[in-house]
Amino acid sequence: MKRVNAVVIGAGAAGGIVAKELSTAGLSVVLLERGKWYTPADCRKDDLRNQRTTFLGNAFGPEDEGNPRVWVDKNGAAHTVLPSEGAYQNNAACVGGGTLSYGAQAWRYMPQDFKMRSTYGAPGGSSLEDWPITYDDLEPFYEKAEYEIGVSGDYSGTPFHGPRRRDLPMPPLPPNREFGILEPAAKRLGLHPFHLPMLRNSVPYNSRGPCMRCRWCCGFACEVDAKNGSQNTVIPIALNTGNCALRTECMAKEILTDNDGHATGVAYFDERGHLQEQPADIVIVSSAAIESARLLLNSRSRLFPGGLGNRYDQVGRNLQGHHYTGAPGSFDFETYDDVGPGASIAVMDYNHGTPGLAGGGMLANEFIRLPIHMIDRLPPNTPRWGEGHKQAMRHWHKRSIVIMGPTQQIPSATGRVIVDPNVRDKFGLPVARFEGNVHPHTFEIGDIQAKRAEAWLKEAGAISTSLMAWHPESVSAGQHQAGTCRMGDDPRSSVVNRNCQLHEVDNVFVIDGSVHVTNGGFNPVLTIMAVAYYASAALVRNWEGTAFRS
Amino acid sequence: MRRPASKIVLTRRQFALAGALSGVVTIAGCHRGAGAAWDFLSDRHARILSALCDQIIPADAFPGASQAGVVTYIDRQLARHYRRHQDAYRVGLAQVDAMSRNGFGSAFADAASAQQMQIVTSLEKANRGFFEMLRQHTMEGYYGSPRHGGNRDAVSWRMLGLDEPPLRGRAQYDLRSTAPSRSQGGRS
Repeated sequence: MKRVNAVVIGAGAAGGIVAKELSTAGLSVVLLERGKWYTPADCRKDDLRNQRTTFLGNAFGPEDEGNPRVWVDKNGAAHTVLPSEGAYQNNAACVGGGTLSYGAQAWRYMPQDFKMRSTYGAPGGSSLEDWPITYDDLEPFYEKAEYEIGVSGDYSGTPFHGPRRRDLPMPPLPPNREFGILEPAAKRLGLHPFHLPMLRNSVPYNSRGPCMRCRWCCGFACEVDAKNGSQNTVIPIALNTGNCALRTECMAKEILTDNDGHATGVAYFDERGHLQEQPADIVIVSSAAIESARLLLNSRSRLFPGGLGNRYDQVGRNLQGHHYTGAPGSFDFETYDDVGPGASIAVMDYNHGTPGLAGGGMLANEFIRLPIHMIDRLPPNTPRWGEGHKQAMRHWHKRSIVIMGPTQQIPSATGRVIVDPNVRDKFGLPVARFEGNVHPHTFEIGDIQAKRAEAWLKEAGAISTSLMAWHPESVSAGQHQAGTCRMGDDPRSSVVNRNCQLHEVDNVFVIDGSVHVTNGGFNPVLTIMAVAYYASAALVRNWEGTAFRS
Repeated sequence: MRRPASKIVLTRRQFALAGALSGVVTIAGCHRGAGAAWDFLSDRHARILSALCDQIIPADAFPGASQAGVVTYIDRQLARHYRRHQDAYRVGLAQVDAMSRNGFGSAFADAASAQQMQIVTSLEKANRGFFEMLRQHTMEGYYGSPRHGGNRDAVSWRMLGLDEPPLRGRAQYDLRSTAPSRSQGGRS
């Protein structure tokens, strides 16, 4: 197979951007994606089978057959889990990755989010650390993501965001009814509500039309292609350069290395299941935190017996997502106007600065509720079945608001991905295995966030509320998965350097949420995109003809 | 423990819809007539499951679970995505029938509604795993997408007052701007 300059493994949020940046800089690129390329017609509006509600499977991969993972509970018992089950911690497997079907909240982390350890000190048992780069380093790349991929919203209502040189390229969507109810209530509480940022067209942008505000948003491909992901922005640009080949339904097996400890390419199973080898000057792993760690750990050789980049046993550690807590509230008037995407208003007053808490998180109203989401969100003491439940569904579906948010997780080295010694996938590759738990301080923060959500709802007139403040006994990762290939200056406590280059192998990069040292109190995708632009810029800067020079 | 339901009055629109829909759905509900082959269930199992689902979502002004196609939904999935639950259903449905025969001397499907309710209440404790799965699958079939055989004619969505098909695009704004009241409610 013809040698290329770069092979990128994973066509998601980060991989798409890396492919575009390298191919427009003139490098030859092969972009490998294990899933398929879907189109807006694949929206399907299926309440039971999409990427968020997966009772009947994931709409955008992976399929339940042949793709297990293993989860170890607090008693040490291992459970094999399917991609459609929560403990699988799935994101997606398709061109665009999670960005094809996400809710598309487009948050910048705050400056403090990059300095968590120096701001708060590390709670006992945690691996809380500062990033080696700062908000200021990423700011131009946040802006690039906002403009190239396309973000709508309006930060003017909040003073808490980091410095920005330009406003967002698109105005927010007109407010829905929940916005009108929640905004004055937040202001009465002294909070600073605003139109949350979304990777979604509110006006025509990038040659595509605006959101039509339907009910089937988070978890679905956008029927009118108004949701902006890598599949409808950077990946088409990469392909148009003529320098990039996208190969779908190709599953990476391992990164190949030579006797000098350099990577020589990637072995992968093609769409017919045949093993192929793609030689390359550099290899970029962009498969999201769980699968990126798994691929490195499965790339074992004489020089790298514990997996690539894993000399100090750091690959797979510090797995984190977000601990979501909040509150549903019930109202004696209609709050529901059937105007999607639903999530519209947020506060970031609670992300930092609470004495005794190492961080916090933003709070926002929930995406539009499909009826199946309501069955267990009815007011306390509602019968769980029978006539009373049915009547309650009828009465409350349009009279409820859910406020919740992602609590910034306190990472720990024991929450981790390893590869299972026994269970293999349909290709015969060892699967990801989760061990450990969420650090307990995360729960302390999350519980307080839930009470704050409840207070906001009560101020808005909720006649009954309950708390969604749970303490799960497993790692947290899922669609916000991050942390497993930590960025840092010290090879003994991190996997990649500040340019996302493996400390151990100078022509292998990990560019995705894996490198996040901490994951902010926000949806992580815009930071994944900004890091991808940032790392790509460094890579292109250091590229010298037919080889990479670090 | 079930609590008496608070009195909730249907809006005029819901009431009118209920009348209009129940006729349609009753006819549609005959789709699986006597002798029709189920994908997984036996006819006997289907009768038990139908009565069980109707306890979980009974008919009132709006169709109950079986009329809305929930048994069709569960049956299809037991032959497809929920194949792994086949044994649990076989055991659970047999258990329900046995509870009825022991307690009331009749098959579950033939027991009076009050007796069936009593059995489902007992099942909630006697076989929590099966009950929770049955409840979940019944809700999926009733409130989920009609494409899988349940929620016939989007009956549950209409019951909830959701426009089906939904208003979209320009119509959304035009309708809102001409609406007489745009009350946001709440204290302001």
